[in-house]
Amino acid sequence: MIAASDLHAKPSWRSTRSKLMTGLMIAAVAILAIPLIAVLYAVVSRGAGVAFDAFPAFFTKDIPAISRREGPGMGPAILGTLLVTGAATVIAVPLGVLGAVYLHEYGGTRKFARAVRFMAMVMTGVPSIVMGLFIYVMWTMRFGYSAFGGALALACLMLPVVIGSTEQMLRLVPTQLREAAYALGASKSRTILTVVLPAALPGIVSGALLAVARAAGETAPLLFAVGAAKAFNPHLFTEANTALSLQIFNSDLAFPAAESRAWGAALTLVALTFLMTITARVFTSRFALKR
Amino acid sequence: MQLFELRGRSHHADKAFGWITIAAAGLVLVILGLVAASMTQRALPVLEKMGPDLFTSSKWSAAEDHYGLLAFLFGTLYTAAIALVLAVPVSLGVALFITQVAPRWLKKPMVYLIDLCAVVPSVVWGLWGVLVLSQHFGLGRSFLTAGIILAIMITPIITSLAREVIETTPLTDKEAALALGATRWEMICATVLPHSKGGLVGAVMLGLGRAMGETIAAALVIGSALGQITANPFAPGNSMPAVIANEWGEADDLHKSALIALAVTLFALTIVVNLLATWIVQRGRRHA
Repeated sequence: MIAASDLHAKPSWRSTRSKLMTGLMIAAVAILAIPLIAVLYAVVSRGAGVAFDAFPAFFTKDIPAISRREGPGMGPAILGTLLVTGAATVIAVPLGVLGAVYLHEYGGTRKFARAVRFMAMVMTGVPSIVMGLFIYVMWTMRFGYSAFGGALALACLMLPVVIGSTEQMLRLVPTQLREAAYALGASKSRTILTVVLPAALPGIVSGALLAVARAAGETAPLLFAVGAAKAFNPHLFTEANTALSLQIFNSDLAFPAAESRAWGAALTLVALTFLMTITARVFTSRFALKR
Repeated sequence: MQLFELRGRSHHADKAFGWITIAAAGLVLVILGLVAASMTQRALPVLEKMGPDLFTSSKWSAAEDHYGLLAFLFGTLYTAAIALVLAVPVSLGVALFITQVAPRWLKKPMVYLIDLCAVVPSVVWGLWGVLVLSQHFGLGRSFLTAGIILAIMITPIITSLAREVIETTPLTDKEAALALGATRWEMICATVLPHSKGGLVGAVMLGLGRAMGETIAAALVIGSALGQITANPFAPGNSMPAVIANEWGEADDLHKSALIALAVTLFALTIVVNLLATWIVQRGRRHA
């Protein structure tokens, strides 16, 4: 019997080259991981101090009105982020799911459905700042700054993402399930609402969660809609609000106190988005339909 | 499936539901149309005042009411090009590693890693870029710093798209190459890459679209220099989205119109790139 090693008694150039390229691929993985580790290290090492000093002051106290003043406070920004992102989710997820239902259950390969599918993919690439200015023109110029304007901008960004991920999930629902429901006399809408959507629900939820995580970190679309308040504002439709990302962008890095608050806000924001992403992934691998 | 459709009591409700879903899907087209129309309308004042100079002049001065966006267009393309040069080899390497090299147990953690890279907010990359990359490592605020940050941000996007494309390579093709005695790299060159060429080009172009539109991180690290057209990557510059984010706060009416004109230009540019990319990706998928 000839062992594989006998065939390559001396490592040939071909196998060396293959090994070299494999090595380069591993190097690429390292290059991908280095910035992530570096940014996480920076955020945790510089942010944890301010965020957890006199816990939970950082998460509940007001933002100091004067940048150079020491002390905690990102409470209003946390509330603002939750308010804006929550409202965006309430707007975008139902619409996105319904749109995907059309694409997969009704439209199929019809021209209109193909056009929507294509443009939804194009829409995911529209820069977030363009959506922000769009909402400024359509909403802020008429109704002024509010959390809701920011929510509209984020909803525009989330909509095509939710449509895309939901349609993928609907594709995984077996046709037999639908046929069984029809055979029992269910109408099409009833089949979709009581059979197809529940079957695809875990996947839809985790896809939506990923879109929400992405949106929660956005800054550019909020610049033109939310304003730059520093006080608590629990109202969705009135008065300027704020968000964690806006506070980081607007913080005056010349002052150490403001810089450390920015790192604290960054830590909070990263923790929030990571939590949602990991939840979405775990959810998918536990409950979602598989290919 | 039409065969099974029954016309029962709830016929009207059934129809109504269908129309609601159509409306929701049509919203995508409505929003895109409204974006183009409403913003072009707001950009008209500056276009009337500047004429073609808006696109051919690189002088941008709010004090003199003179707005030319050429330098910012250059900055956008230049930083995006730097980002692509850095991001494409890494993305391709990681995608190949996950699909061709990594043992089974490693695949899932790798996908998690890429997800987490993609979800770090742009403003956090920007903060890190300003305080660590540009100050600590002395890169300053420049085209290069912005290009590096953009590269970091688009790598996960290109990687996950490339991974999807590469995974559609038929196993039989790969096995055939290996059975003929090809090494792993030769197998990749002979089967994986030719098979997924179209999709990979599309993935790179989607990354390009993202890099051109990325705002906040670029706004923080690019240096905000006006009228800068130079090939020197260490020079401070500016890009279209960064100008919008940085100047919006203190802009008067015509200035705002000029900034909206920047956004319209950016929108048009990214739409063209994304149309092409989507078309290429979808064509690739159909062949797969």
